[in-house]
Amino acid sequence: MIEIQNVRKSFGSLEVLKGIDLTVEKGEVVTVIGGSGSGKSTLLTCINGLEPIDAGRIVVDGTEVHAKTTDLNKLRRKVGIVFQQWNAFPHLTVLENVMLAPRKVLGLPKEKAEEIAVKQLTHVGLGEKLSVYPTRMSGGQQQRMAIARALAMSPEYMLFDEVTSALDPQLVGEVLDTLRMLASEGMTMICVTHEMKFAREVSDRVAFFHKGVMAEIAPPDALFGAPKDPELQKFLAATH
Amino acid sequence: MFSYTFHWNQALKALPQMLDGALITLQVALMSMVIGLALALALTACRLSGNRVLGGIAATWVEIARNTPALFQIYMAHFGLGNFGIHLSPYTALLVGIAFNNAGYLAENFRGALKAIPDTQTRAGRSLGMGPVQAFRYIVLPQMLRVAFLPATNQMVWAILMTSLGVTVGMNSDLAGVTQELNARSFRTFEFFALAAVIYYVIAKGVTLAARALASRMFRY
Repeated sequence: MIEIQNVRKSFGSLEVLKGIDLTVEKGEVVTVIGGSGSGKSTLLTCINGLEPIDAGRIVVDGTEVHAKTTDLNKLRRKVGIVFQQWNAFPHLTVLENVMLAPRKVLGLPKEKAEEIAVKQLTHVGLGEKLSVYPTRMSGGQQQRMAIARALAMSPEYMLFDEVTSALDPQLVGEVLDTLRMLASEGMTMICVTHEMKFAREVSDRVAFFHKGVMAEIAPPDALFGAPKDPELQKFLAATH
Repeated sequence: MFSYTFHWNQALKALPQMLDGALITLQVALMSMVIGLALALALTACRLSGNRVLGGIAATWVEIARNTPALFQIYMAHFGLGNFGIHLSPYTALLVGIAFNNAGYLAENFRGALKAIPDTQTRAGRSLGMGPVQAFRYIVLPQMLRVAFLPATNQMVWAILMTSLGVTVGMNSDLAGVTQELNARSFRTFEFFALAAVIYYVIAKGVTLAARALASRMFRY
């Protein structure tokens, strides 16, 4: 369970999160929508401790993320994240990209790490690309590799930060299909996205962020069918 | 008007002697590179440390090494330090001078290479549970080496050519030194220096080609 309680976060004088409360249960898929600069992506990077917070707390399975005593490296094995820019490691092959963390962080022997990496890469449809260098692949393939790389750590939670936003339109589908597959397998996920159709299909709940505030959260039918917040109504009208 | 008669035989007879000198040249250049690389790593670490004193020393070193003549740097190592009672042999002074110069250029090279690797690479490593040292060791460093490799081989070539400045502090065993002595005895300046130039060229070109071949094997992406 991820518990986000009254989280505040500023960059300089700009407050990007103004007291966010959100609890995500095991097995739940929550998507976060909203305009640019609404604080959606920042929240994700706070959840796995890549960014510090100014107030409030985030608790993952009883571990307070921003407590001084928390071993963030250990926490991050449990909470995987995939970014808008997939950040492939260009000097490693696809297989090596996925094997690196299981070997160096989990300390698995080479054979075991390779077995896991092959399994995850096959799962995201890259079983044929093991010995290719990432720069030789399309953005969609690199993004799927980044997903496999995160999954290779056997995380219990996955955070997806606008993972299709930097892709050419014809490549968005293959990545969304991968996310749909994960959702159907019961992975607990928080997805920040601009893909409304996708949000509607996969989510248990959809949260709308506006200027650092979670203005509305509801199951997709309610949120898209009968939006209450005036800003959400404007946002949905503009995105249709 | 052009009555000079070439005496290439005389130069060719001295070839074995000159090749011995070339070995010394290569030896000094290689050692200056190894020392220079180690110092450059230390200078880079100092500049990144955030410590003002260490950073200041490193920055000053880089500034002097890159913006003053290499000849002066070697002169200082021999005659300059001599004024303070520190007497380095021509060989050591040459090595110290070039290593000083190498360290300055290579430190700048490393800094550029480090800047060329985006922070998001480290972030991606950290998000997979790696500590800062692991992320640097397995993700940033290998990519840095690729960026820094070819400029570093340029510095190696430059180091080889710089060794010829050793004659000014009395170095007489390297290729330039040997050539200079042969010249002083025979006054066949053109022949001896032309032959020496060919040897320098072959060494420098060989290093460049070897480095390129090595790079294409090491960096396959």
